[in-house]
Amino acid sequence: MRTLLLALAMLVGLGLPALAVDPYEQLADPVLEARARELSTGLRCLVCQNETIDESNAGLAHDIRTLLRERLVAGDSDAQAVKAIVDRYGEFVLLRPRLHPATLMLWFGPGLVLLLAAGGAMAWLRQHRREARPPIPLSDDERRSLQTLLEEKQS
Amino acid sequence: MRKLIYALPALLFAGLAFYFVLALQPDYDPHALPSVMIDKEAPAFSLTGLNGAGISRDGFKGGPVVINFFASWCVPCREEHPLLMRLAEKEHIPLYGIDYKDTPEAARRLLGEFGNPFRAVGVDADGRAGLDFGVYGVPETYVLDGSGHIRKKFTGPLTARQVEQELLPILRQLSGGAS
Repeated sequence: MRTLLLALAMLVGLGLPALAVDPYEQLADPVLEARARELSTGLRCLVCQNETIDESNAGLAHDIRTLLRERLVAGDSDAQAVKAIVDRYGEFVLLRPRLHPATLMLWFGPGLVLLLAAGGAMAWLRQHRREARPPIPLSDDERRSLQTLLEEKQS
Repeated sequence: MRKLIYALPALLFAGLAFYFVLALQPDYDPHALPSVMIDKEAPAFSLTGLNGAGISRDGFKGGPVVINFFASWCVPCREEHPLLMRLAEKEHIPLYGIDYKDTPEAARRLLGEFGNPFRAVGVDADGRAGLDFGVYGVPETYVLDGSGHIRKKFTGPLTARQVEQELLPILRQLSGGAS
């Protein structure tokens, strides 16, 4: 039973992505290390640009991880440690961009497009409904000529 | 009003096409990032020299300098090298090198083979100075003014066009006017 469980655990482990954080980079203090890992998942590696520094094997990601841990060991708060990195590389390193005038379109652009589309759809539907009014009934003249036409066809 | 709505798709396409044309320009690099260090004081560094004297930020105060981060393992740096040689020999620009994450032996071999355009080279073996500058790929070139502030950054190998249109004008401006 125990072997089975162990084998199962190993199989699950195989399915997990390999971690880029090397053991020698890790801090001895588990609390600080946990904070560093948490912050790392929100920082972009600038070489691979869509990987976090926590996942990336690039040399630069290693450097930033090390810098981040240095700051935490020096007693920085999470915000201060992240600021040290943003000061060097700009807000582009943040995978979750901050809300300010330059990022308004980024945050609300998709919602705006959705609103525009909804407005367009509504206008179209309203137009469509107006066109689908019940047909105007035939006038007496029209009814008579239709009658004659039908009779002609039958005879 | 109605006509405007019919023109809308064409207008949208024209706007989009404009951005596509911009992105197709040969100098445009979609991966280049704007530096946040522009107009800020350069980070303090003090590096041992590759041949003789070392370099430090405070040693550069007084006149504009151009700092080029390079490495012997960096292929685009070799591409850029002839241009740097020309800048040093013909334009006499104050060019300094920082050997990023490299061994002094390899760097000496590179400069011995292709020529040394730098007035002095600092060795940044662990990449710490590069990290403080916000270097994310070599080569990167920084222009520092007389007070040690970063005035311009070029990411990737310099092109002749960048040198003519940006680097030389800014150097002229920095050494001519008050800095």
